[in-house]
Amino acid sequence: MTVLESHLSAVLVVLALWLAIGFCGLLRQGSLRLVARVLFPTSALCGVALAAVAAASIAAPAETGLLVVGLPDLPMHVRLDALSSAFLFLLGASSAGISIFAAGYFRKGQGTAPGLLCLQYHLFLAAMGFLLVADDAYGFMVAWETMALSSYFLVTAQHGLPEIRRAGFLYVMIAHVGALAVLLSFGVMQGGSWQFTFDAMRSAELTPGWATAAFGLALVGFGAKAGLLPLHVWLPEAHPAAPSPVSALMSGVMLKIAVYGVLRVTFDLLGDPLWWWGLIPVGLGLATALFGVVFAAAQTDMKRLLAYSSIENIGILFTGLGLAIVFYGADMRPLAALALTAVLYHALNHAFMKSLLFLGTGAVLHATGERNLGRLGGLIHRMPWVAWLTLVGVLAIAGLPPLNGFVSEWLLLQSFLFAQEVPHTFVNMLLPLGAPVVALAAALAGYVMVKFYGVIFLGQPREPSLAKAHDASRLEKLGLVWLAAGCVLLGLLPVQVVRALGNVTSQLTGHAVPTAQGWSSLLAPLPDREVSYAPLVLLLVIVAVVAITFLTVRLAYRRAVRRVPPWDCGFVRLDARMQDTAEGFGQPIRHIFQSFFHMERQLPSPFDAAPRYRVTVSDRIWRAFYAPLGGIVQRVADSVAWLQQGRISTYLLYSFITLVLLLAVGL
Amino acid sequence: MNATTWATQILEVLAALAAAPLFLGWVNMCRAWLQNRRAPSLLLPYHGLRKLFNKDAVIAETASPLFRAAPYVVFGSMVAAAAIIPSMGTRLPFTSAADAIALVGLFAVARVFLSLAAMDTGTAFGTMGARREMMVGFLAEPALLMVIFVASLISATTALPLIAERLATQAIGLYPSLAFTAVAFTMVLLAENARIPVDNPATHLELTMIHEALLLEYSARHLALMEWASALKLFNYACIGFALFVPWGVATGEAGPPALLMSMPVLAGKLAVAGAWLAVIETISAKLRVFRAPEFLATAFLLAVLGLLVHLLLGA
Repeated sequence: MTVLESHLSAVLVVLALWLAIGFCGLLRQGSLRLVARVLFPTSALCGVALAAVAAASIAAPAETGLLVVGLPDLPMHVRLDALSSAFLFLLGASSAGISIFAAGYFRKGQGTAPGLLCLQYHLFLAAMGFLLVADDAYGFMVAWETMALSSYFLVTAQHGLPEIRRAGFLYVMIAHVGALAVLLSFGVMQGGSWQFTFDAMRSAELTPGWATAAFGLALVGFGAKAGLLPLHVWLPEAHPAAPSPVSALMSGVMLKIAVYGVLRVTFDLLGDPLWWWGLIPVGLGLATALFGVVFAAAQTDMKRLLAYSSIENIGILFTGLGLAIVFYGADMRPLAALALTAVLYHALNHAFMKSLLFLGTGAVLHATGERNLGRLGGLIHRMPWVAWLTLVGVLAIAGLPPLNGFVSEWLLLQSFLFAQEVPHTFVNMLLPLGAPVVALAAALAGYVMVKFYGVIFLGQPREPSLAKAHDASRLEKLGLVWLAAGCVLLGLLPVQVVRALGNVTSQLTGHAVPTAQGWSSLLAPLPDREVSYAPLVLLLVIVAVVAITFLTVRLAYRRAVRRVPPWDCGFVRLDARMQDTAEGFGQPIRHIFQSFFHMERQLPSPFDAAPRYRVTVSDRIWRAFYAPLGGIVQRVADSVAWLQQGRISTYLLYSFITLVLLLAVGL
Repeated sequence: MNATTWATQILEVLAALAAAPLFLGWVNMCRAWLQNRRAPSLLLPYHGLRKLFNKDAVIAETASPLFRAAPYVVFGSMVAAAAIIPSMGTRLPFTSAADAIALVGLFAVARVFLSLAAMDTGTAFGTMGARREMMVGFLAEPALLMVIFVASLISATTALPLIAERLATQAIGLYPSLAFTAVAFTMVLLAENARIPVDNPATHLELTMIHEALLLEYSARHLALMEWASALKLFNYACIGFALFVPWGVATGEAGPPALLMSMPVLAGKLAVAGAWLAVIETISAKLRVFRAPEFLATAFLLAVLGLLVHLLLGA
């Protein structure tokens, strides 16, 4: 069998190529030219190839294989099915844009050498790809750990700064708590057969209790990676610390890998989820979504703002996932397929739009050296490319039609709307009340995105140095264009996307959301309800109205346009500091959702010669849970440290006591 | 899909475009009467638009192309919204392209562009207006969505014309859940259209304005489009209200031109009553402080959620 005949081997070849590209970086560690001109563009091409293979294999039957690498007598099982293909497409397509942007992004400077960065970056990519095709716990955990560690090194690329080392430590710690939970979950799922292939887990007969334990552990483990409440604390620290392409990759792709994990475990390995399991992700997801978006509105650092927005989107994904479990367990397969389609669609959308936004902030960071929203402004005049392309991402993530964010939101709301046939009366009543929360989170996302875009790109520059800002380089623009085009296409062609995702939902639930044949643009997901959406038509109507209005106004009224200073109710001494700052724009949210935050305010007195206003917003969960936990760990560690006496004779005594104890137990 | 449905579609959009300023004029007229003032002409909004279209535009030096594009986008999305709302007939070809959720999305598009354009010139009032507009919006939008959800649950579809048709053709039209949502909807309408008690359309008092602060830097044709769009928005909201709560009188089913002709005076009558009702509400209530507005809207949101709960409990 040749390589190209099998999709699986084509995928493995791409992953091997990524690894090879990574190691090529080591050849000349300090050479930026090799990395930027050759390696990253090639890697982007590999991403495109991976996306193409995945797009082809999503409709093909599952393929399995055996990789004889690594430890003797322990081959790795690999498998490519529709679920893997969907996420491989996500990985390939969004990483293509990110890699080509990265080719123009990485500069010489302090921190990790470009060649080493290239190795870490591609190790990260290859690990995520391998994780998606792994078909036994061994391969999965190796890939999972490689992913965590390579991304740790990427996060700490600027390891000279203490706060970045701290962010990296927090990240790697929570990643390992999560990894332990995932490992234990696999341990439960093998069900006494001591076979760790996924096939053995699929056929294992678990009692409901053990199955629930496995699901709970998987939810904790993957939830920690995804940033589900209350395990989200690493996310707003690690994302801003990493270089922008890495933030994009972590937020856009790695968080989705965690969603893949939950899907794989719940629907494939465990097989028959109990319906009430789904209530946990629904509850946690709704809380996470609201929490994330409210905190995003209060942020003043543009990358932290995006990190919190990722938390919100993870919340939405888990909400949909929980709904799918409830529907599946309650034997409402078509609705389960609808909710799952919403989840997969949103994962794909978020990969594109969040990567686009993170890369946009990367371009701004390079042009201005600023991450603080309070020192930006007016960049649409200096960086039109970045500004207009970022606008696409902003509108998409705010859930505005006809872009992609709206489609998945629409699908999710539809599945909530018709959730009222769950057999359990109380739940049946409670579940549709999730819809207002999703709607509120989506509307707040619009608020957050207006703040993000308005403060960075619109208005007047808040610092004189911004006048020297320059637009992105050509490769960077190419990356942004790729991702923006993805947002537009995913928004305009929902039928084609839903049809492709139908392969995944029929693998997992046995049902697919019905779609019209051919190139119809009318999405009508529920045959027994009259609900439909056709973004192409919507866009055409809006464009037609705008064009007619524009031409009519232009032809009928040929009046001149004069450029004058802004009016502002006749105030003449207007300056840039009179615009809303990021704090100012977030103030209504801080006011309304006061109980979410722990706030510390320092207000100047009226007689201060140099008045300063400072408000610090922090996370209640950190203070209520993590800080005490950290204290306990510290105290335990301190008391255990007493054992370390520093004298050889004491240590020999320890060995002796241990030996005696072991003998005593042994006898 | 026949000629009548297309004619209905085009007629509805044109009627909305033409009648929106008139409706605004009617509300203003009623307000003036209630406040013992001499009423301005019913046609005053048209005069205003014509005057604005015939002026030279003045644009701030600090504005980007986004500022000039925004009036067209806002106007375009309001017209597209008018095409989804069944003001006279319920068989609209555009219905299947965009349902009620997309309608809420279209309002959000207009709001976001309006706010971005206001931030674009970088003035103190512009950003303040943008912040307040988004504050009102993020609470009003889910409330509106919940109002629509209740009606969707009753009629098992999210397409607004079909909701109107089913509600209009049902034998018993009394739903307790719709009573809650009607109150919520009225509150959302007041807030979203910058009416008292949330905002005052007749004031340029700097510290309290919301909608007017967004338009401060606009002039001439751009301002005309913005004004027209906000008149359209009010008209659209009124028609959504009719579709959900008083759907009787629209031409349902495969109705021919006579039914359509009959529905016109019905719509005019409904608009006359709604305008007078709006003027009464605005006259008897006082404007809230800006920071009381979230409470007002949170009440609307909770009422809508309550309506949903009532529907789930009673199944009606």
